[in-house]
Amino acid sequence: MNMENKIRRVVVTGIGAVTPLALSAEETWKAMLEGKNGIAPITLFDTTDYKAKLAAEVKGFEPRNYMEKAEIVKTDRYSLFGIAAAQEAVDDSAILGKIDPDRLAVYFGSGIGGITAFGSEHEKLLARGPKRVSPYFVPMMIANMAAGMIAIRFNARNAALPAVTACASGTNAIGEAIRAIRHGYCDAAITGGCEAAITPIGVAGFVNMQALSVSEDPDAASLPFDKRRAGFVIGEGGAALILEEYEHAKARGARIYAEAVGYGSTCDAHHITAPDPEAGGASRAMKQALDEAGYTADDVVYVNAHGTGTPLNDKSETKAVKLALGDKAKDAYISSTKSMTGHMLGAAGAIEAIVCVKALSEGIIPPTINLTEPDPECDLNYCPNKAVKADITLAVSNSLGFGGHNACAAFRKL
Amino acid sequence: MVFETVAKIIAERIDCDPSEIKRESAFRDLGIDSLDIVDLTMNLEDELGIELELDQKVETIGDLVDFIEAKQE
Repeated sequence: MNMENKIRRVVVTGIGAVTPLALSAEETWKAMLEGKNGIAPITLFDTTDYKAKLAAEVKGFEPRNYMEKAEIVKTDRYSLFGIAAAQEAVDDSAILGKIDPDRLAVYFGSGIGGITAFGSEHEKLLARGPKRVSPYFVPMMIANMAAGMIAIRFNARNAALPAVTACASGTNAIGEAIRAIRHGYCDAAITGGCEAAITPIGVAGFVNMQALSVSEDPDAASLPFDKRRAGFVIGEGGAALILEEYEHAKARGARIYAEAVGYGSTCDAHHITAPDPEAGGASRAMKQALDEAGYTADDVVYVNAHGTGTPLNDKSETKAVKLALGDKAKDAYISSTKSMTGHMLGAAGAIEAIVCVKALSEGIIPPTINLTEPDPECDLNYCPNKAVKADITLAVSNSLGFGGHNACAAFRKL
Repeated sequence: MVFETVAKIIAERIDCDPSEIKRESAFRDLGIDSLDIVDLTMNLEDELGIELELDQKVETIGDLVDFIEAKQE
């Protein structure tokens, strides 16, 4: 290991995703540019007694495309999404066989973990007693298992760590991977996040905390930065990036999408679920990432907002952007792709990092759809309804989680 | 009868033809670990309509069949 304490550069060499819009990163990106909406009535369970009727479900996912039947029966839906996304990213990067397994890490987040298994096995416990709880229950449920299974699948023998910071999990995982590569602890990482919490108990919990939109109109439910916004729409899926030390990527002739140039990680230390109304923690996370990225007033910035569509988040996040960018906030391009994907919770930061990377490499920014009634308290440029061509130089992804976790990852063109 | 049921359930799990499952087949060689055996035993309880608390080590399909047949008696 290089002991000069030199900071190493980190680049993105692979992407993969399973989202409510499509079953690959590229198809998801195309759908976003077209402003497609992934939200529809919930089909995963009967919502008769539920106030919230909509979700952004992954559609047409076939686990058999990724693993054997015997493995599927002991894998929770959240891990399936993570593994599928990781498989695509690993294939895309062509890194396997080109890296020492001891130098390949996994940093993969989930907000909740295997709540599908939790629900179904708890039903068995109540209906048939403790003898009938599956021996796979614990490994299916625990929130580190996606990271563990990804490490097994790709023989990644460096650190394998989950980030469990609610809706910031994906971005925290990516940020921690950036740091680990920068400081020489590994040479590459499979990183991202996955989530599958559209279950009876999951949705009931989010509804009762008044976090979800109860709209029944898919085109007027996930409404980031719109005056009508009244909660998020729960989504699901997985997204993965291969981060790699620059010289390592260059030496093997890898395709490089972008450079990962900054990470900020803070806590509000304020309230378990409500964001700090002064946006102190979120703005500090953004500032940390911007500082590391070498941000200057000449940069043309894209912010992929956390933008959940809850009344409090979008207002305080707007404040955070203003605190972080000052006078330049009004010039920044901002969008919330959650208007199309719903809130993929622990996978959100990962798909949104991919959006940043693609926006940089293609010079186009996906829109915030269904933004038709501006809110005076959200008065920046949120790229409403249509993708915008823009030669951005710096893209940052914000993720803010219950617990007061704030994470921000920054990317530049190489 | 018990053997056929066990073979059917295991073949379904590992996606092979039941004829490939023999009495002397070792679970390990079929890629079946101790957690899988507990899980498969639960499926067999439903299929055979008896309670099966696996309290001994089973290495082969034949071991499991013998265990179940002893319980049935």
